[in-house]
Amino acid sequence: MVSIMSDNSTPLLEMRGISKHFGATKALDRVDFTCNAGEVHAVLGENGAGKSTLMKLIAGVLQPTHGQLRVDGQDVFLNTPQTALRHGLVCMFQELSLVPDLTVRENLLLGAPGAGLGWLAGTGLDKAQDVLNRIGAGQIKMGTRVADLTLPQRQQVEIAKAIMKKPRLLILDEATSALSASVVEGVFDLVREERDSGTAILFISHRFHEIEALADRVSVFRNGQRVETFMKGDHTYSEIIGMMVGQKIEELFPPKPPSQRDADIVLDVQNYTWESQVRDVSLSVKRGQIVGLGGLDGQGQGAFLMGLFGLLRKAEGTTAISGQATEINSPKEAKKRDISLAYIPEDRKTEGLILDQSIQENLELAALGRPDLDAGDTALYAGSLDQLALKHGGLELPVSSLSGGNQQKVVLAKWLALKPRCLLLADPTRGIDVKTKTQIYAILRKLADQGTAIILLSTDYEELIQLCDETHIFFDGKVVASLNGDDLTPENIIAATLNVASEPQAAHA
Amino acid sequence: MLDYMRSNRREVIAGVVLIALLAAYLGSHPRGASTYVMTIWANQCLILGLAACAQFFAVVVRGIDLSVGAVMALTNCVASYLLDGSAVGIAVGMLAVVATGALCGLLNGMIVVYGRIQPIVVTLATASIFVGIALLLRPTPGGAVNYDLADAMTLDLLGIPTALIITVVAVIGFWLPFRRTGLGLGLYALGSSEQAAFQSGIDTRFIRLAAFTLAGLFGGLAGLFYSFVTTTGDAGIAAGFTLNSIAAVVLGGVLLRGGVGSLIGALAGAFILKTIASLMFFSGIPSLAQPLFEGMILAAAIAIGGADVLRARNKLEVFS
Repeated sequence: MVSIMSDNSTPLLEMRGISKHFGATKALDRVDFTCNAGEVHAVLGENGAGKSTLMKLIAGVLQPTHGQLRVDGQDVFLNTPQTALRHGLVCMFQELSLVPDLTVRENLLLGAPGAGLGWLAGTGLDKAQDVLNRIGAGQIKMGTRVADLTLPQRQQVEIAKAIMKKPRLLILDEATSALSASVVEGVFDLVREERDSGTAILFISHRFHEIEALADRVSVFRNGQRVETFMKGDHTYSEIIGMMVGQKIEELFPPKPPSQRDADIVLDVQNYTWESQVRDVSLSVKRGQIVGLGGLDGQGQGAFLMGLFGLLRKAEGTTAISGQATEINSPKEAKKRDISLAYIPEDRKTEGLILDQSIQENLELAALGRPDLDAGDTALYAGSLDQLALKHGGLELPVSSLSGGNQQKVVLAKWLALKPRCLLLADPTRGIDVKTKTQIYAILRKLADQGTAIILLSTDYEELIQLCDETHIFFDGKVVASLNGDDLTPENIIAATLNVASEPQAAHA
Repeated sequence: MLDYMRSNRREVIAGVVLIALLAAYLGSHPRGASTYVMTIWANQCLILGLAACAQFFAVVVRGIDLSVGAVMALTNCVASYLLDGSAVGIAVGMLAVVATGALCGLLNGMIVVYGRIQPIVVTLATASIFVGIALLLRPTPGGAVNYDLADAMTLDLLGIPTALIITVVAVIGFWLPFRRTGLGLGLYALGSSEQAAFQSGIDTRFIRLAAFTLAGLFGGLAGLFYSFVTTTGDAGIAAGFTLNSIAAVVLGGVLLRGGVGSLIGALAGAFILKTIASLMFFSGIPSLAQPLFEGMILAAAIAIGGADVLRARNKLEVFS
């Protein structure tokens, strides 16, 4: 581990032995981290590496399970965002912190420094307007409701709101993810100016060229731990990707049989487009094939999967099931016998299960409404429950009594009862323990071997490599890379995920 | 101007509807647009208007207050003891009446915030408590309110109904400035997105407490004004006002999901509801059929308010 104290001055922010546990999950595990004034410190890591948790601890949104934060060498306890603000720690969040029903002006007034409960004088609004003008957002009217702004415009307002608070430490968590290149340039000029006037900047981004352009120092996180901290330029891109990736865990996965190229196509989608979130996506999946969908969060892959299951309105494109052109307008149609799709949603607690109902009742939900099946027949579920080794204290207990992994097994089993010909899974192993993951992998492989076509959305590139015959990487609503065979490597996936070419020199944008 | 009307379209629609209804009412009334007719109309409207203001403060923070009517009943009964005698005594009495309302609201707020119980449950329970106390104070309607004061508040000033003047003063003197304070904006922030409000460093607990206290305070004002109109104390008025206050805020464009709407809308909704009732009275519709028509008008108005759902492109958003 590299010592990151460059001189004897006290760091602006120091974190010692910080751990944050969510139940059994360790989002952060004994992390030491410091941040100096007048420096842009970039934080890198895969999804789930703990970056966002780290930022939320600094912003006072979450509190550490163990460990101590220090500002200017003094111990602090940041129990609310207000406390963090008082220490000058300002975060521009990935999940936007603007109030949708208020206007831009009102949001800025609420965020202004010293805004209390009394009369809002509007000091700092000029500064905010100035910031907006500089980052190409001068056309945003102060009287517009935030709900009526586009995502990039909201990000621009967020930036103005953060800077008008006169931060000592400014966290930019994916602050520019929706902005175009020319706007990003304006934001970077502004950030450099803040840095030169002594502000510490914590910068989270998945775009390598942004880190190249802005960072002074880089820290890499993986699995809730800080792997290394170094000055920009000390490591090449491929070395950094290597740090983010870590070691392989192939033994978790069942062996992958050679893909059968001549199998029948089960689901074929052409030119699928929805709003601005999914653009012109075409792909197909064959019998016995597992097709992966990768990419950063919210690049359109999740919406695409919902669309296939008939959850989106006014989508364009054609869908064919086993060669038969089909229009799927609702989940009820999607689960009919002649279509027979099944969708395992991303958020099992709200979209996959009715938590207060019993395990048995939840199992019956998918089979209800299929006239050819008797939902009450326990034999429908017994097979998959056995194979998934569902651990439960009785099928009559509420499903909320199960652990997260076992809840996911219930969601799977309820759809497997319909013997779907095509299974759509939205990140089925997120937040699930390793043992359950292995069981889910095994049953997916077995289903594929029996001829089920599977589309697997995953944020874990290992799954995309070890399980999938072919993987499509989404970026900004489009498929930017389709990888199969020997091209399915972590490096290629991460490069495509970040939408940079895999050769390091090409990444300078 | 167009922009302003678009961003406040709910209030604008409510205002237009109100003017049309009022014109129809004055046209159909045998005595026409006289000061007498206007005064009686304005008094009835303002009672419900203040109750709707109370409901608005609870609804805007994504809550609901089922004790609005109960607070009115309690403060009305308190008023029937305190609003007679010396001038100083009456002045102190009026303060005490409003303070009683505010205390009721504060109690609601404290149970909601510190007890972490849903507002609908809390206010259902406290409503019974408030009515219970009101019944102990006034088992049967009675008491008295100083007639000079009551006349001053419920008649007219130079031909303009006092109730309308009070309404305008409440909007210009209280609401418009209040809307520009941190507390005023904080109410909307909390109702619109509690997470965004929290992350922006807003004290969400205090804001919620303040919202319910304001709801109680306006409930107290409603009870006070009701006392001026009726000049007696009556513990049995609660139920009708609670339900009508909810109907009024919905009619006035305040969304029950919180964060949208204004005090002006709530007042307009209350005025609309009362005007419809008055219109029915003179329209020749049999009185037994009036609740049916009122209900149908209300349902139609609410359906228009829910039309936004038709624009959702992701079917899951319809349920959220």
